[in-house]
Amino acid sequence: MTRTAAIWLFVGLAGYVFLPWYMTPHGFWSFGWVIDPQGGGESGLYHLLSGRFWLVGPLLGILAGFAVLGIIKPPIARSRGFIITATAGLALMIAQGLLIKNAGRAAAEVSLWQPGMGAGAFVVALSLLFVLTSGISGLGKGRGDAFITSLIGLIVALVAVFVFYPMSFILVQAFALKGGQGYGISEFLPRFFDDTVWSLACLMGSGYCGAAVNSLVLGLSTALGTTVMGLAFALVFTRTAFPAKPFLRILSILPIITPPFVIGLVLILLFGRSGTITVYLSDFLGTEKTRWLYGFWGVWLAQMLSFTPIAFLVLIGVVEGVSPSIEEASQTLDATAWQTFHRVSLPLMRPGLANAFLLGFIESVADFGNPLVLGGNFNVLSTEIYYAIVGTVADPAKAGILSITLLSMTLVAFLAQRKWLGKKNYATVTGKADNGQNAALNPGMKWACYALALPWAAFTLVLYGLILLGSFVKLWGYDHTLTLEHYTRAFGMVFRNGVHFVGSAWDSYFTTLTIAAISAPLTALVGLLTAYLLVRQKFAGKDAFEFSTMLSFAIPGTVIGVAYVMAFNFPPIELTGTAIILILVFVFRNMPVGLRGGIAAMSQLDKSLDEASIMLGANSATTLRRVILPLLGPAILAAITYSFVRAITSVSAVIFLVSARHNMATAFIVGRVENNEYGIAIAYSAVLIVTMLVAILLLQALIGRRTLRRTDRVQTA
Amino acid sequence: MTKGSVKFENVTKSYGEFVALKPLSIDIAPGTLCTLLGPSGCGKTTTLRLIAGLESATAGRILIGGQDVTHLSATYRPVSMVFQSYALFPHMTVLENVAYGLSVKRVPKAEAKDRAETGLELVGLSGFGSRLPSELSGGQQQRVAVARAIVLEPEVLLLDEPLSNLDAKLRRHVREEIRQIQQRLELTAVYVTHDQEEAMAVSDRIIVMKNAEIAQEGTPHDLYERPASAFIADFIGDANLLDTEVIATGDETRIRLLGQELTLPLTAKHTGAAKLVLRPHQVRIGSETLPGSLPAEVTYAAYLGNQIQYTLKSEAGEIFAVAPPVAQPFRQGDNVHFSWADNAPRIVMT
Ligand SMILES: Nc1ncnc2c1ncn2[C@@H]1O[C@H](COP(=O)(O)OP(=O)(O)O)[C@@H](O)[C@H]1O
Ligand SMILES: [Mg+2]
Repeated sequence: MTRTAAIWLFVGLAGYVFLPWYMTPHGFWSFGWVIDPQGGGESGLYHLLSGRFWLVGPLLGILAGFAVLGIIKPPIARSRGFIITATAGLALMIAQGLLIKNAGRAAAEVSLWQPGMGAGAFVVALSLLFVLTSGISGLGKGRGDAFITSLIGLIVALVAVFVFYPMSFILVQAFALKGGQGYGISEFLPRFFDDTVWSLACLMGSGYCGAAVNSLVLGLSTALGTTVMGLAFALVFTRTAFPAKPFLRILSILPIITPPFVIGLVLILLFGRSGTITVYLSDFLGTEKTRWLYGFWGVWLAQMLSFTPIAFLVLIGVVEGVSPSIEEASQTLDATAWQTFHRVSLPLMRPGLANAFLLGFIESVADFGNPLVLGGNFNVLSTEIYYAIVGTVADPAKAGILSITLLSMTLVAFLAQRKWLGKKNYATVTGKADNGQNAALNPGMKWACYALALPWAAFTLVLYGLILLGSFVKLWGYDHTLTLEHYTRAFGMVFRNGVHFVGSAWDSYFTTLTIAAISAPLTALVGLLTAYLLVRQKFAGKDAFEFSTMLSFAIPGTVIGVAYVMAFNFPPIELTGTAIILILVFVFRNMPVGLRGGIAAMSQLDKSLDEASIMLGANSATTLRRVILPLLGPAILAAITYSFVRAITSVSAVIFLVSARHNMATAFIVGRVENNEYGIAIAYSAVLIVTMLVAILLLQALIGRRTLRRTDRVQTA
Repeated sequence: MTKGSVKFENVTKSYGEFVALKPLSIDIAPGTLCTLLGPSGCGKTTTLRLIAGLESATAGRILIGGQDVTHLSATYRPVSMVFQSYALFPHMTVLENVAYGLSVKRVPKAEAKDRAETGLELVGLSGFGSRLPSELSGGQQQRVAVARAIVLEPEVLLLDEPLSNLDAKLRRHVREEIRQIQQRLELTAVYVTHDQEEAMAVSDRIIVMKNAEIAQEGTPHDLYERPASAFIADFIGDANLLDTEVIATGDETRIRLLGQELTLPLTAKHTGAAKLVLRPHQVRIGSETLPGSLPAEVTYAAYLGNQIQYTLKSEAGEIFAVAPPVAQPFRQGDNVHFSWADNAPRIVMT
């Protein structure tokens, strides 16, 4: 413990004395600050000596830590000393970060103003944090293991800074008064209950409904629809002799690697004003070309197509989980197949159905891409938030209020899901062999499922065919000559004295790949480390810890995007316009996915394996590295793949955070759509889908090849 | 001097409200094999894990080799453990498993390999080093787990029900091996089991636990010959417990059993209600009334070849007895008389 604390004290001191305290103008890694220490790369010590007296806090914390190290000998007292000094240092550092910025903005004068914190501040804060956590371990917490307490401290700090801190800005902004006149409740309530949010006019047939009402109706309809469709697919998959089951599997994966608005785009090719089917109908049947697609029905259809696979993946486990012996028992009691399904199987599936419904609801109201492309006059919360920020008159207060409304919906669904389904909706398979036959569906049910599922599957397939076709057609609906033009414009290369990437999409393509490649392993790492703490360690406040790490799952991308823009646009943490903010938003949005996978995988790993390693003299860090992580191969692969894919397809959060320097593929495509350049948008989407397929296969080949024999994985009591 | 000793001073362990271990004091001498014996759930594993450092004590002090290790994390305690499930690392070969402890302690590669091979040799598995654990039989995996624990030359070796995953035939063989290795290396070992025969066979000392505390401790001989309670008498070796009453005690003890007064050559704690402890092989059965013999009825008789087992019914309780095979065994329903050899039975108070 003492050694760890001492090392971090030295690291902190070095960070304070040598590293640039503030953000350097040309980025930390260009190392311009090494050569030119006066060019914005001055260390904390330099700033302190040149008059920024408020930077003394963290230094005092570190020096007091050294004093504790030198003077106090009894281990418990020394641990307490570390805790007190490090906490004080951190508190002073946070206080100066928050206060000096505010004072500076109010006074708007030079002397009290400071830029965003940089590498030096980061290292100092981290060191103080670790001195604090080593001190806590010295008191015997976390079985006296400094690695464990430090890991807990680190993750708590990360979640606090990158989830709770930005979310607090949403709250604060919602109470902002017009014209920057401070904060208060007076405008909040009227704006919160404004007609643009809660109007029910459309239901009475007179005008438009409020965005919240629209979101709610859309969310409920999509949730219901996807649950029914998902159940139909799951029943076809598990309870019938349908011959092409692998095909259904593949079909269910496709939407996961499809950027969310692509379905909307393809629907436009079919049903839009000049869509194939619209034109066909008006030509041959003389019906009018309608704009029905641009509104509730279009968004709903697109969401149904996008989210049915999610319901399918949830429900397939549920349907398989109904023990055959229970169904057999029912049948031996002379119940018919229908009675068995209706009275036995369905009630057993109810929690699973509720789960699928709530997931569908969260996905639907959080969805941004499809309403953006197809919404028309149908306003939903996620797009309204976007327009409140990027519209002609930016209105952060409105964005804040709408965000709170949207967040309340997803949070309620999230809480309901946890309350009803408990935390353990994984690991439902018991070790007991249960070899019976699942009851087959009765013919009526079977054909009903076929009638729902198969046309739908065919439709999905047609849409994916159109993605390809649409990218090769000059101008859909008008000029159907085949062309490579979209591809060459987006991905053109010139081979003259080397390769020149002249296509307009290359920039965003490379940025997207780089950022996804950086954030995916980080996401997996944070997720799995958190899972390790949750599954393997006991500590006070563990339930709250788990809840807060899972929480970001319920925060819609639009909301977290707005929160990041509000929080990280100013000192003390000024990250907008950098690649770091994109990486951070991906890591903390996708972390729950890695977390869930990690928890499921780690629960299957016998605890005595870690304990054996500990008993053989390894510490927790070594155990994690040499025993647990190697045995988590598939879970790591899944977490990395999923984070990678989500980073590439994500649009809602990203659209607020991209900059000219760091543009992302999805933001680029949305831009093309807004310019009606559908060809290029679709071509780019096709390239993204192929890229992700290749990446998934590569990852699988890279990590998935090592097969492990895991005979010792059986849990013993 | 005290290297390898294990000492508990009033150690307790609670999980929230639940008390898994009442204040426990034990003292295990260096170089001995001490067994924690008791029915399932009595706190044996908890005690072992407290020694290991895998659980932290709620109160009290733990000393290993005279050093206070109460707050020392498991990583740094001079203790190794053999797990019930073996806990061999499935992604490492047998040799890598055995060398793991050495390699995390940064022992040079070549030396670690040598020592690991010596360890494997000790458990009779040289030549198996390059296999994966999943390619070994249960007994072999068990021995790898032992080798992995002892190459670190721990002061104390802990074994938690090490034989429970082996089939009955192998158990005797492996327990003998474990005992031999422990004696050869003069290791202190703490051995957990719920099987009293196993405990008797391997231990220098046995600590019998019941309901989160010690019921009795002593050598196997002590426990068998001088049980302190009906529980111990019953748990250590089969015993018939007959209702009796101590009338007077001194150098000899007078008891009343089935209406007769008898004298036993032993000292009881005090007078009052008690149980007479009669081992099955100590029961003599005859058809005639002899002085000191008591009436009973045969309710069950089973011929097992090398012995005959009887169940007798008497007013003082049911009696299980084994007798050498004879040509004319008693049969169900026979009225018989039973007695015992001099100074065979024990008295425990109730
Ligand atoms: N982590 C735990 N949390 C709560 N109770 C526990 C825990 N571990 C063990 N116990 C309880 O403590 C008691 C003793 O357990 P243990 O030492 O494993 O018994 P055994 O003698 O069978 O090895 C049992 O009743 C068990 O249920
Ligand atoms: Mg046990």
